[in-house]
Amino acid sequence: MLDLQKIRADFPILHQQVHGKPLVYLDNGATSQKPRAVIDALVHYYERDNSNVHRGLHALSMRATDAYEGARTRIAKFIHAADPAEIIFTRGTTESINLVARSWGHAHLQPGDIVLTTEIEHHSNLVPWQQAARASGATLQYVPVLGADGEGGLDLAALDRLLTPQVKLFAFTHISNTLGTVNPAAEFCRRARAVGAVTVIDAAQSIGHAPFDVQALGADFVAFSGHKMCGPTGIGVLYGRRALLDKLAPDETGGGMVSQVTYEDARWKPAPERFEAGTPNIADAIALGVACDYLDALGRDQIAAHDAVLAQLAMEKLSTLPGIRIIGPRAGAERSGLVSFSFAEVHAHDIVTFADEDGLALRGGHHCNQPLMRKLGLTGTTRASFYLYNTEEEIDLLVASLRRTVKFFGVT
Amino acid sequence: MSADLTELYQQVILDHNRRPRNRGKLPTANRVAHGDNPTCGDQCSVYLRMDGDRIAEISFDGSGCAISQASASLMTTQVKGKTAPEVQALYKNFHDIVTTGHAPEEISDLAAFAGVHSFPARIKCATLGWHAAIEAMKSDPMPTTTTESHVD
Repeated sequence: MLDLQKIRADFPILHQQVHGKPLVYLDNGATSQKPRAVIDALVHYYERDNSNVHRGLHALSMRATDAYEGARTRIAKFIHAADPAEIIFTRGTTESINLVARSWGHAHLQPGDIVLTTEIEHHSNLVPWQQAARASGATLQYVPVLGADGEGGLDLAALDRLLTPQVKLFAFTHISNTLGTVNPAAEFCRRARAVGAVTVIDAAQSIGHAPFDVQALGADFVAFSGHKMCGPTGIGVLYGRRALLDKLAPDETGGGMVSQVTYEDARWKPAPERFEAGTPNIADAIALGVACDYLDALGRDQIAAHDAVLAQLAMEKLSTLPGIRIIGPRAGAERSGLVSFSFAEVHAHDIVTFADEDGLALRGGHHCNQPLMRKLGLTGTTRASFYLYNTEEEIDLLVASLRRTVKFFGVT
Repeated sequence: MSADLTELYQQVILDHNRRPRNRGKLPTANRVAHGDNPTCGDQCSVYLRMDGDRIAEISFDGSGCAISQASASLMTTQVKGKTAPEVQALYKNFHDIVTTGHAPEEISDLAAFAGVHSFPARIKCATLGWHAAIEAMKSDPMPTTTTESHVD
């Protein structure tokens, strides 16, 4: 069991009032809040160690380099990567996926090839593949989602039909940011491997919420962001299996990623430097390492259990509201710590505006899932997404706020 | 509920949201423009039948929050019969109302949107339909594909 009182004390931002009400932060799917330890790490770095990494011989540069590379090692351990060189720092999930789509896509995709993704992807794991397919002449195909509310998850029978030897890459989300569906990632990787397809997992919604082991999953590439796992914005990771990274050309070129440069040519350093041209985001990488420490001290299995309790409780209580349509897995089925819902007569943005007046931070809209929204016949949903500091009382406040709002709009 | 919120969701707005006026495609339209707010996903298409330089008929279609839908609905009732400069002048008044909260006395119905000024994130919701209407007036006439149908 998580000690919620103690955890909440670690997050300075939670202790404020919004419109005269205590803040109830339920927008963790968009970004999580930061514990004091992570904020302190940023301050400490800028006050004590700030320097450029890798090329300096002075004390500060060595401290900065040690801390930056230490963070890489820490994150490798966090996801159980075999080698810290498999951790490439990026700006976030989006940049990580774009790196694979451009570098790997450019080198490997040809006309006639198929890139497979799913109907429930965030735009960040969809648009880069559209672009890669367009640039290479490959075809993009989608694993369909089942059920009028997307409650049936991805169609596994269709996946088997779609996974042909023409599929060169299968990109899928671990957890849907809109439906809350938890995909069987290890099973997907296994099936993809059987046809020789490379796998890319969008782990943005899962990474800080449950234990994560890239080797057990059998993933080739994994993309995630720091800011959804208690770390800073502007830092994320692309994990790539070493054997793949060694053969991959860089996407960006410049300083720091080259071993030899002449006026005519340049040679690349090995991974990870090959993929980190220019001065990296040193401070935020270091703070992300501290976020890993923070989450592991609490236990990610404990966080996952806490998320699950809140999600099921939210499902139960939200379903008592008149006219509510909850999308994603049905009550009792496995679901991540988020719930998306809509009301036919009240638009999500009106719901969110009313909730804000009650101190609640929710998200309303298409959640960067426009094609999925269209498929489900929705213009948007309201999403409540939970994390380690949320309480059962906050779910009661959510439901009470929604009840007032739908009543105001005349839904009975 | 806070005063700001009741000011935002006035009865006029709730009424237009619930019973939008001039909603749907206009079969006789000779101008159309589409507006959207990519960040919220709100969409609004405005259909016009221009008769000379005046709006003879208008309708709108789309989806979005109560503010955007009510504003588009109310807009259609305000601009009918007007020329492009007259619509621009009316929009300027409307824009002033939603950004400052102050409505000139002669502006009656549009004043319902004065509460928007307390919610800066919602200004673009209120102006979406207006932008689409102004774009539609500027747009090239579209070939009318409707054939004469028998009307009793």
